[in-house]
Amino acid sequence: MTAAPAPARLLRRALYAPEADRANALPAGAWWLWALGLATAASRTTNPLLLGLLVGVAGYVVAARRTDAPWARSYGAFVKLGLFVVVLRLLFSVFLGSSIPGSHTVLTLPELPLPDWAQGVRIGGRVTAEQLVFSLYEGMKLATLLICVGAANALANPARLLKSLPGALYEAGVAVVVAMTFAPNMVADVVRLRTARRLRGRPAGGVRAVAQIGLPVLEGALERSVAVAASMDARGYGRTAQVPAAVRHTTNVLTLGGLLGVCAGTYGLLAAQGAVYGLPLLLAGLVIAMAGLRLGGRRSVRTRYRPDRWGVRAWLVACSGAVAAAAMIWAGAVAPEALRPGVVPLTAPVLPLWPAAAALTGLLPALVAPVPPSNRTATDRPARRGKEQA
Amino acid sequence: MIRFERVSVRYEGTERPTLSGVDLTVPEGELVLLVGPSGVGKSTLLGTVSGLVPHFTGGLLSGRVTVDGRDTRTHKPRELADLVGTVGQDPLAHFVTDTVEDELAYGMESLGLAPDVMRRRVEETLDLLGLAELRDRPIATLSGGQQQRVAIGSVLTPHPKVLVLDEPTSALDPAAAEEVLAVLQRLVHDLGTTVLMAEHRLERVVQYADQVVLLPAPGAPPVMGPPGGVMQVSPVRPPVVELGLLAGWDPLPLSVRDARRGAGGLRERLAGASVPARTGGAPTSGPTVPASGPGTTPVREVAAERSRPGRLARLLGRGPATPATPSAADPVTRVDGLGVRRGRVEALRRVTLAVAPGETVALMGRNGAGKSTLLGALVGMIEPTAGTVRVGGLAPARTDPRAMVRRVGLVPQEPRDLLYADTVAAECAAADRDAGAAEGTCRALVSELLPGVGDDTHPRDLSEGQRLALALALVLTGRPPLLLLDEPTRGLDYAAKARLVGVLRGLAAEGHAIVLATHDVELAAELAHRVVILADGEVVADGPTGRVVVSSPAFAPQTAKILAPQEWLTVSQVRTALEAGA
Repeated sequence: MTAAPAPARLLRRALYAPEADRANALPAGAWWLWALGLATAASRTTNPLLLGLLVGVAGYVVAARRTDAPWARSYGAFVKLGLFVVVLRLLFSVFLGSSIPGSHTVLTLPELPLPDWAQGVRIGGRVTAEQLVFSLYEGMKLATLLICVGAANALANPARLLKSLPGALYEAGVAVVVAMTFAPNMVADVVRLRTARRLRGRPAGGVRAVAQIGLPVLEGALERSVAVAASMDARGYGRTAQVPAAVRHTTNVLTLGGLLGVCAGTYGLLAAQGAVYGLPLLLAGLVIAMAGLRLGGRRSVRTRYRPDRWGVRAWLVACSGAVAAAAMIWAGAVAPEALRPGVVPLTAPVLPLWPAAAALTGLLPALVAPVPPSNRTATDRPARRGKEQA
Repeated sequence: MIRFERVSVRYEGTERPTLSGVDLTVPEGELVLLVGPSGVGKSTLLGTVSGLVPHFTGGLLSGRVTVDGRDTRTHKPRELADLVGTVGQDPLAHFVTDTVEDELAYGMESLGLAPDVMRRRVEETLDLLGLAELRDRPIATLSGGQQQRVAIGSVLTPHPKVLVLDEPTSALDPAAAEEVLAVLQRLVHDLGTTVLMAEHRLERVVQYADQVVLLPAPGAPPVMGPPGGVMQVSPVRPPVVELGLLAGWDPLPLSVRDARRGAGGLRERLAGASVPARTGGAPTSGPTVPASGPGTTPVREVAAERSRPGRLARLLGRGPATPATPSAADPVTRVDGLGVRRGRVEALRRVTLAVAPGETVALMGRNGAGKSTLLGALVGMIEPTAGTVRVGGLAPARTDPRAMVRRVGLVPQEPRDLLYADTVAAECAAADRDAGAAEGTCRALVSELLPGVGDDTHPRDLSEGQRLALALALVLTGRPPLLLLDEPTRGLDYAAKARLVGVLRGLAAEGHAIVLATHDVELAAELAHRVVILADGEVVADGPTGRVVVSSPAFAPQTAKILAPQEWLTVSQVRTALEAGA
């Protein structure tokens, strides 16, 4: 250590990730940019080795940096969803056939004869190795995208992401946040009521059970939302500042005009012969709508408590995702065959060195993002929501 | 600070006003307690202060409520948010955000305070309420007392001049309630906040009040005065006041400390008398309570009990000596080395317990100690991960619910969970079918427990106490020898509680074994023959009520605290003894 020159030591100290707390929390946007970068990279390739590497990168960062908060537990659900997508894609391919020509027959299913008008649709029939491999690759791509989104979801507090909305949209954002906290409550209600059925001597499972507890669950959710609305009202939600009528009218005109511009621009882009004016119209619409929102923010008196700051670490996290995406896009242009291994004829995929290195830059957050404190605090008192609500 | 001028409130579709003729002034910097039986409009009165009544709830308010000069008719709740902080009955319904720190800041954000002011006030409030350790925690993972403190903190940060609280301690265990009350007292003393609070559990709060507002009956005008004076005429009183009235102390004591100072004479008068058995409990003719029988293996108390059987017998069933009868050999339920795990959390560890017919056991312990889990295991909702549970010889979790319903019944914390039908009659018919009982069995029980409730009444329109009685009737339809109740007195006023105590004593006298999980030490003292205290999923004390609660600072009822070391538990025991002596 003593041999290390001073700058190197300073750099190492600077890179050494601090323990996470409120003050150095990464903005939710940084995590989402990182995850979207990885997802973009995944969308550019069907090479199973690269996809596996991307999943591994996302999984490692989640394992190293996620907290014990309720939203962080969703990662497992996304992984399961990804596996489900792969299996579903394979099953579809087996039973519905595929347009991929292939010569290696794996098995032949009895084919369902279909009338003439259903031409091009096939049920059953020959299943080739090529078509299986092709759907496996496609399924893996989709699964990787899902897992990247899941990683962002697990690492960034969704409520915080909504809080970074512009002031004029804040109230809508709060409504969404409140709605999101209700889903887990409703699940808890369903569990509680199902077990309560046992107390009346009725089986807890079955369709009838669900039908009978449906109404009480909805009633409970409604009552709770009314209670939260009362609490928000009493705590000053929706207080507005007086703004001159001129400003109000300008806001309305800008917002409406901007949205119209966005719609027209999008239509232009999608339609066959409007691409010339489509893009400028879309951009102009966006700018006007933003101005409208900004002006609309004047009506809201609220301030923000300790907003997340974009620091060096946030930039590093966001850039690592962007680098992975950019490198993969570039590699797709330079060496497409490495990113899309051949299916007809079947070839074994190889791991292209440079794209793999680019995917590995996605690991940077596991080094620089603040480390969440040990999990002790969150588990020493288990959540007993259902109990305490009652 | 708060002025009510001829305030009445009438909700749509009701015949008479919920509140009428309220003429009050709440002075600045005082802690004012609002008392009265259930359904007299306490919550409505509190709601008028924050403007939620009538702006949010609807209804017609006549008269005028002004808070610090602002008229609530012309100011919406959100425009009073900087002046009035309101916390409702259920803290979870109060939270808008998901972590403690954000929740504390939410109100200030809405008011548009400057970021540096917000930061400073959040830090101050974290310290004031002892929440600094919890600042980053998701609110869902906090205990009940912590949640209640966060809810209070979240309305404190905008520095309101008035704090309005609806039953802040009802859902809390005794220690957590103390925590919250200590905070309130600090606010009143140090910051000069005006606090207006409604609470059923007077024994916890009356000593802290500067003034008491009594709403004696629905629609009747309120009475306001110093606590001592109002308590003399109040229909609802805590045990310390009852005892004071019984002993004729003047001035009337409001706290255990005051009462103890004057209790020397009473203790002397009672020294000769023996603690009487409770009526209806541990009948000498029926099967006796085998608290010291082989069925129970309490952790500590047993050795002491066995060495002194005479005293135990005196405690449990005065009169002819009652040696342990056959019931000890076949208890209604027997739990052996029970362990329950949820994920990594061990909710229960090595719990051993037996309950005999006719015995009433109170399970106590702080929030999250495992009381509800133990009840869940007894009724079969929770499968044990270790050890055995036997109810009537069967393992509840493995038995068909239809068979269990005739062996054990649980009234859950929220009785509403048991009610699915639209009318009382339909509930009763369903209960008869479920339990395989003769038609009309349940209806007969309902008429007995809940006289005067029509067949067509919707269960939702019943009061808290009536709903509990209905759920109890449904559960009793199967005539289960073992009856379990989870927190039965939450939200009940003293009258409803007294009715419940009467019903449960009757059931125990008929030979039902009863297990109650409760925070209510006064209820345990009234009813239980035996108290089992759980802590972190383990049984830490198990023995006769007198022995266990008298020595515990948290679980002793007020009478026991005042008359310790004598083992008097309730005012009625003292009254009987005094009458016998006189």
